[in-house]
Amino acid sequence: MTSPLLEILDLSVHFHTPEGIVCAVDRVNIALNSGETIGLVGESGCGKSVTSLAVLGLISSPPGRIAGGSILFDGRNLLALEGDRLRRIRGREISMIFQEPMTSLNPVLPIGRQVAEPLMVHKGFTKKEALELAAEWLDQVKIPAVRRRLNDYPHQLSGGMRQRVMIAMAMVCGPKLLIADEPTTALDVTIQAQILSLMVGLKEKSGMALLLITHDLGVVAQMVSRVMVMYAGQIVEAGGVSDLFDRPFHPYTQGLLRSMPRLGDPGKKRKRLNEIAGSVPLLTERFIGCRFADRCPYTFDLCRLQAPELTDVREGQVARCWLIFQPEKRSLNA
Amino acid sequence: MKRFFGNLNFSVGFALSAVVIIAAGISLIWTPFDANKMSAVERLQGPSWSHPLGTDQYGRDTLSRVMTGAVNSIIVGLVTVAIGLSIGIVMGLAASYYGRFVDEAVMRFSDLLFGFPAVLTAILITSTLGPSMINAMLAIGIFYIPVFARLTRAVAITVYEREFITAARAGGVSELGIMWRHVLPNILSPLLIQGTIQFAVAILAEAGLSYLGLGTQPPAASWGRMLNEAQTFMSRAPWMAVFPGLAIAWAVLGINLLGDGLRDTLDPKMVRAR
Repeated sequence: MTSPLLEILDLSVHFHTPEGIVCAVDRVNIALNSGETIGLVGESGCGKSVTSLAVLGLISSPPGRIAGGSILFDGRNLLALEGDRLRRIRGREISMIFQEPMTSLNPVLPIGRQVAEPLMVHKGFTKKEALELAAEWLDQVKIPAVRRRLNDYPHQLSGGMRQRVMIAMAMVCGPKLLIADEPTTALDVTIQAQILSLMVGLKEKSGMALLLITHDLGVVAQMVSRVMVMYAGQIVEAGGVSDLFDRPFHPYTQGLLRSMPRLGDPGKKRKRLNEIAGSVPLLTERFIGCRFADRCPYTFDLCRLQAPELTDVREGQVARCWLIFQPEKRSLNA
Repeated sequence: MKRFFGNLNFSVGFALSAVVIIAAGISLIWTPFDANKMSAVERLQGPSWSHPLGTDQYGRDTLSRVMTGAVNSIIVGLVTVAIGLSIGIVMGLAASYYGRFVDEAVMRFSDLLFGFPAVLTAILITSTLGPSMINAMLAIGIFYIPVFARLTRAVAITVYEREFITAARAGGVSELGIMWRHVLPNILSPLLIQGTIQFAVAILAEAGLSYLGLGTQPPAASWGRMLNEAQTFMSRAPWMAVFPGLAIAWAVLGINLLGDGLRDTLDPKMVRAR
């Protein structure tokens, strides 16, 4: 078996704040094969974005600090790369799409220039060649009347169009890995669907790997083959997308799925959606037991005494929960 | 363009400044009389058909001298703003990018310069280096460095916080490229506005220094210098002071209005409900 394209090993990221050290990411492991799509799911503030920024070396230091672990990409440890060598990977081998298409584009540069920039930076294209290829890419992401649009400024485009521009920018150098950080969160639902199908199409055409970060389980279900659920800086459950949706093990994953509205659930029409009580704990705390213990419906003594490790639930599915060892506790409190 | 001329400040400022620039332009090729030609017979004449703005104590034509003085003022404005902008932008960008020590150094240097009374220091510089137009420009220009450094830093810091900078980094753009292609274009309009205002201030400052005899040296025509010379003849030949004074007021007013108009149109936060 070949080694994965991206391998995040035991990554920990700390932020030094006046309130204390925040462990935003705590010993996270992710392996992503070329051509594969995995989803990184969790609510706000659980460390998803920090993980992705760490891959590109974009954690600003201070206050951030990579406290441990390594990130192997194509056999190179990204954390050990410096300046220029890291920059040659950014945008060329690994690209990133951000959440807010409104603010991720430079307001004073025409979109053609912005899509062309990675080509000029990485491939030494002249401005003219780069603009030519940029126009082709803008066409690929289905921007209508591309020639006329090349000189448009971001404020002249709608949110969906801007996200298309961002995608073109990310794709233009033909990356091996695309990290999409909540690419559809800021868009309305119909546009979301268009953008997702566009991304799926491009991914299939180019054969790149995709790391999709989102809190939207619906998006995950459509797009990815494997899902990792993060909670408070840790991965709490991971597995194939159908296993995870059909048989979620971790109470947090179960809570997430229950909090999602489902179509075609007759008889339950008037039922309220379930929420997970409480909110993500402050990460400045020192955790002794399980980080989810305060919100978990099944918490028992052991949960507060010792932190669980990721353990196999079944073939290809792992969870970080003591219920694996004491399944009877689930029925007691439920 | 329509956006700019729809603004009253801009239109008036543009018209006033255009008169100064055109007058200066014409004076390079033609003036009614040689600006430095003396004539004992025509000393201290009031405005007349042949000398619309009168003559000075040496019989030199005031109109010609006011026109030539415009060139002088424009050069002073351009050079001083160029000195302030070029060094100020570099310092401000460095401060906003590196932060910490560099930021501290740049800001304290600015405080230091701001701490000195500008006119006094300009007098100090020109009297040490010797009075001349170049030294006067240098003295004024040095005082513009902190003005532009502070402004650049303040605006650039907010630009650096914005997401498209992270996006550019994620795209592999070098820090210099980010500064040049992403930060600088986003801070140009406040710098341009400040530049016009400082341009007007420079004209006043040079006039002040020349009035004190520390700027442009005789026989070259400068509005400030002309005021200085007019002082002695104030009661006998008031036109000698009135016209250069008017020229200064005209130019400064025009450029300030231009700056205000630019601010109104370029700064989205200043757009008023019309």
